[in-house]
Amino acid sequence: MTLSTLEFERPIRDLEDKREQLLQLAQEHGIDVARELDSLNSKLADLKRTVYANLTPWQSVQLARHPSRPQTQDYINRIITDWQELHGDRHFADDEAMITGLGKLEGRKIAVIGQQKGQDAIERVRRNFGMPHPEGYRKALRVMKLAGRFGIPILCLIDTAGAYPGVGAEERHVAEAIAVNLREMFTLPVPIVAVVIGEGGSGGALGIGVADRVLMLQYAYYSVISPEGCAAILWKDRAFAPDAAAALKMTAPDLLKLGVADEIVPEPLEGAHRDPDATAQEVQQAVARCFNQLSEYSPEQLQATRYEHFRRMGKFSVKSQPAAEDKPQGVEDKGVH
Amino acid sequence: MGFFKKPKYITPKQKKRDIPAGLWRKCPGCDGVLFQQALADSLQVCPHCGYHFPITHKERLACLADPDSWEEHDSNLESVDALEFTGVAPYPEKLAYNQKKTGMQDAIVTGVCSIHGRPTALGIMDFSFLGASMGSVVGERITCLAERALEERLPLILVCASGGARMYEGMLSLMQMAKTSGALSRLRETRLPYISILTHPTMAGVMASFASLGDVILAEPGALIGFAGERVIRETTHEELPSGFQTAEFLLDHGLIDQIVPRSELKARISTFLDLLDGFTSFAAGASEREGGDGKGEPAVRDASASESA
Repeated sequence: MTLSTLEFERPIRDLEDKREQLLQLAQEHGIDVARELDSLNSKLADLKRTVYANLTPWQSVQLARHPSRPQTQDYINRIITDWQELHGDRHFADDEAMITGLGKLEGRKIAVIGQQKGQDAIERVRRNFGMPHPEGYRKALRVMKLAGRFGIPILCLIDTAGAYPGVGAEERHVAEAIAVNLREMFTLPVPIVAVVIGEGGSGGALGIGVADRVLMLQYAYYSVISPEGCAAILWKDRAFAPDAAAALKMTAPDLLKLGVADEIVPEPLEGAHRDPDATAQEVQQAVARCFNQLSEYSPEQLQATRYEHFRRMGKFSVKSQPAAEDKPQGVEDKGVH
Repeated sequence: MGFFKKPKYITPKQKKRDIPAGLWRKCPGCDGVLFQQALADSLQVCPHCGYHFPITHKERLACLADPDSWEEHDSNLESVDALEFTGVAPYPEKLAYNQKKTGMQDAIVTGVCSIHGRPTALGIMDFSFLGASMGSVVGERITCLAERALEERLPLILVCASGGARMYEGMLSLMQMAKTSGALSRLRETRLPYISILTHPTMAGVMASFASLGDVILAEPGALIGFAGERVIRETTHEELPSGFQTAEFLLDHGLIDQIVPRSELKARISTFLDLLDGFTSFAAGASEREGGDGKGEPAVRDASASESA
């Protein structure tokens, strides 16, 4: 398997190469290198642990964008049985950047919605690199409403750099499509679980993200703006993207603290792409557990708790008296949870 | 020596004519020079070409609300630096500067007023406060306003303007899109109308939430309205943008907004729509009940066949 190496993975790759050379040398000359190999292996394990335990937000973003990272279709192939894809928004087109369909998760019926970036160049073009047009959001809503009518829980897999910024998308009102999804997802009478599996790019991600539980893969990110975009605006230079990534608090652990994410799904040490099967297993377990919990709720309870969940989002101070300013003792913090 | 002597230039001291700053203003629409006072009298609309200058929330309020009818709510909410945003000018400094500049606590004022005598929940965003970006306070005030409209059976009007999300608040800002849309989903279950007014500019996260969700969507002439910024679209697609792209007129052509309404007619038009959308009271209980008692907004008789829920 040839996987592209990220900058911060370089020392690990170097050490792995060294081990490879040692093994080759041993084979060629028939030398016993067991001891050296042991020490090299433990050194490698230590290095990996240190590197991945201390990932900067920017490094995490790079993992989230890794070209080999498992995508919506990979998860569907691994955890959904009896899969039937549904196509088209019934108005304009079938947006292949958004996959929608019905199937079964651990034997229970489920609808799956998710952006798909594409694995190779040809698929990527067909999928518009996972950046949906308005039709993608309208297709998603059509299928979610279908699921709602027939009492089928909904799983949303979020993985997009954002909704597509293009002339056609504006002409057909991508903003309206996202806004309607946000509003209508509050009214769906079935459990909704969203998992950010890679990139959670702003409104394009949130457009399928109003859920009862929002899960994030360990190295996924979810942000109001791309680090590059934020750097261009606030720092006036895209090169400051790593600073913006840190400032925006967009990693899974940060968002768990802020109450935006409810749970983190662990990834293999070196990222989901190193072991897609194990990652899919973890996702399946976490998602099934959420749906189990949510199956206890009536449709009205689901709608009410979903509303309350998002109603609490935000952080601000409340002055006790609008008239009495400069009274620090009256300032209270309204937390997110 | 004399050759290298620096020539002496004399700067003649001209007596400047005494023109007070801010007396005249140049119109970006027609390049005409306008007398400030005349501009104020025409609601900041160029009398020659109809260019709509941006206005403050106070001017907007004066345009829309009946005199002395405004009662502000939730003015005690203040933004906090929840992310402890690092790397650029601190968020609290930005906030303090904008508060001083605009006299506002944050980018929106919300409250209840009457419009041609009809009690109405009204929110006004002001672009001069941090580009009217949506942070927790903006989202909370809009949500509280929609909930108040629901509780007190009032129609809801939001005058939108925004550059988008407030980056300093990160994901908490994005979540305001969901929060406000959620409140509107509840309003939509009733027969209380929500009119969204799009003013220059209404973009990105605000456009992708409450601004697009009006039962009736009106826009001011020439307003820039859209999702992605022009620069981003150009850089991503390398496409030539059509003329008038993302203007109110473009969106009228492409079917998003109901009408473009000049500022001077906006109040009357809102009033007309609030009246026209109030179908149930006039049918069920007779027009006499329209303004008082329990007839406000909610029909006396629920008619299942007329239900608007989708």
